[in-house]
Amino acid sequence: MIAVWFKEVMDNFRDRRVILSTLVFGPLFGPVFLVVMLGFAERQTSERLESALELPVVGAEHAPNLIAYLERQGVIIKDAPEDPEETIRSEEEEVVLRIPESFGEDWETGRPAPVEILADQSRRYSGTTISRVRGYLRGYSSTISQLRLHMRGIDPNLTRPINILTVDLSTPEARGGTVLSFLPYFILIMVFVGSMHMATDTTAGERERKSLEPLLINPLPRWQIMAGKLAATTTFGLLTLILGLIAFVIAMDFLPLDNMNMTLNLDFTVALWALLMTAPAALLAAAMLTILASFAKSFREAQSYMGLVILVPMLPSLYILINPTKAEQWMAWVPLLSQNVLILELVRGEPINGLWVAICVASTTAAGLLLASVAGSLYNRPKLIFTSD
Amino acid sequence: MIDVKNLGKTFNKGKVVAVDGVSFQAKDGQITGLLGPNGAGKTTTLRMLYTLLPPDQGEMSIDGVDPAKEPLAVKRAIGVVPDSRGLYDRLTARENIAYYGKLQGLSSAQINKRIDSFCDVLDMHEFIDRRTNGFSQGQRVKVAIARALIHDPQTILLDEPTNGLDVMTTRALRGFLQDLKAQGRCVVLSTHIMQEVAALCDHIVIIAKGKVAAEGSAEKLLARSGAQTLEDAFVQLIGSDEGLLS
Repeated sequence: MIAVWFKEVMDNFRDRRVILSTLVFGPLFGPVFLVVMLGFAERQTSERLESALELPVVGAEHAPNLIAYLERQGVIIKDAPEDPEETIRSEEEEVVLRIPESFGEDWETGRPAPVEILADQSRRYSGTTISRVRGYLRGYSSTISQLRLHMRGIDPNLTRPINILTVDLSTPEARGGTVLSFLPYFILIMVFVGSMHMATDTTAGERERKSLEPLLINPLPRWQIMAGKLAATTTFGLLTLILGLIAFVIAMDFLPLDNMNMTLNLDFTVALWALLMTAPAALLAAAMLTILASFAKSFREAQSYMGLVILVPMLPSLYILINPTKAEQWMAWVPLLSQNVLILELVRGEPINGLWVAICVASTTAAGLLLASVAGSLYNRPKLIFTSD
Repeated sequence: MIDVKNLGKTFNKGKVVAVDGVSFQAKDGQITGLLGPNGAGKTTTLRMLYTLLPPDQGEMSIDGVDPAKEPLAVKRAIGVVPDSRGLYDRLTARENIAYYGKLQGLSSAQINKRIDSFCDVLDMHEFIDRRTNGFSQGQRVKVAIARALIHDPQTILLDEPTNGLDVMTTRALRGFLQDLKAQGRCVVLSTHIMQEVAALCDHIVIIAKGKVAAEGSAEKLLARSGAQTLEDAFVQLIGSDEGLLS
């Protein structure tokens, strides 16, 4: 068994493709993606908030005071386009303000004067701009209403029977956690990416090379041969995981977290906990991929199955995304979901629940061993040994 | 010494009969040839002997041990060069052979000693430390043979050993098999090539459509069929010339 393990590890270390995909791209993908994406998001938000708002206005002449107020706030008023609806639809402008002709008349008579914000709310990037325009208009509206009440000798506070204040108790760590809810996915996917090539090479590759039949003639129980292969695959998965976690910790320095007003709790201690919880998942991933690849006749066929399996670790992440409930004990029992939940708690800076971690490790190991035993019995089927007939 | 009695194997839930009541003996110090056209059941018979397929009926024993019942003991006692000779491309010839030595449970010292002797006997010095991708057929077969015999087995099974080899390599291989025979080992090879059995085998078992059509030495078979050449005898004994040319 150790001989099998040693040979597979040595064999695959000589394959440049494996080294590249397993030990370079696998661990780097997540952290680099994170840094680039967060950096981009941060730049976008700050640009939108800080840059001067350019606002095309239709019918500016109907409300000169409002326009003057907006200009005092630093808004650059642009001339109205000919067909405002079309400019929104064609994404030339994000937001157009339209002041109807009746504005002046309604204003004089004391009725609420209509103002229209034209925008396509299905375009997510327009969200910031819309809320900025709405904010300016609300400011103008409340200034005027207070003035009106003052003129009639009424305390404006009367119109505010309650004063709503939200006190945000989320810690900066927790805010980081919400942004990084996909971090567990990146960590889990590493063990799958890391073991993928190896699982294929040791099973489907062995059949493609026609070396499986001679290998099985050696006086070793078949489960031991499979166990050696699984151990080698798991080794690669773990190697990818460890390198990836190190890369993540290093990448933290490059994240614009301070600007986004949050902290991310991912130092080497947290990485070690994450490693402890995810390590059994490496066995699970290796066994799952090995079973699949054993049924494939060639490398290519195996790889087409692999694409689907990569979705498996995504399912729990999606579940959490769709149904963001708080962590409960039953979740710790579900392999892959438990890693998701617990790593999320970790990077949020929550205290570690030892029992849950133990359950998580135990249940994932159990599932991994179960699948491994299935894999171990696969080579007892003659159909999986002979390719030619 | 191999003893096979009434061996049978079917595939596809009995629809395809691959081996249908084959019986023969292969003695130590002899080369036994399983001769037959493609698809006659030679490979299936060998696979049952080297324990990768369980037989549906019949009995077999290698030096008194039943491969179906004690596969590990039999695997330790035999050396097999199967039809598929997959080598690991990224490993050198030496590493390929040493891997099997380790799987056989040999020590590194034993393995190195055996490899050195194979280098002499099979003339492998030139390529023993090269990676096996890009090896010629002949070089591959040599590595496959060394790999299969690393543990010095008494019984040797070879499936179509000369397939794809040039004349010189074939001659070298025949010489090597004669040496094994001279050492008193039991050598069984399957082939569909007439000259091979004529030149090499002491005992010929002709298999056709899963059954033993005839068996005996080359002279005996000639005498029995009354034909002039072994090829004519073969055609007469299996009742057709199907598969002879392939």
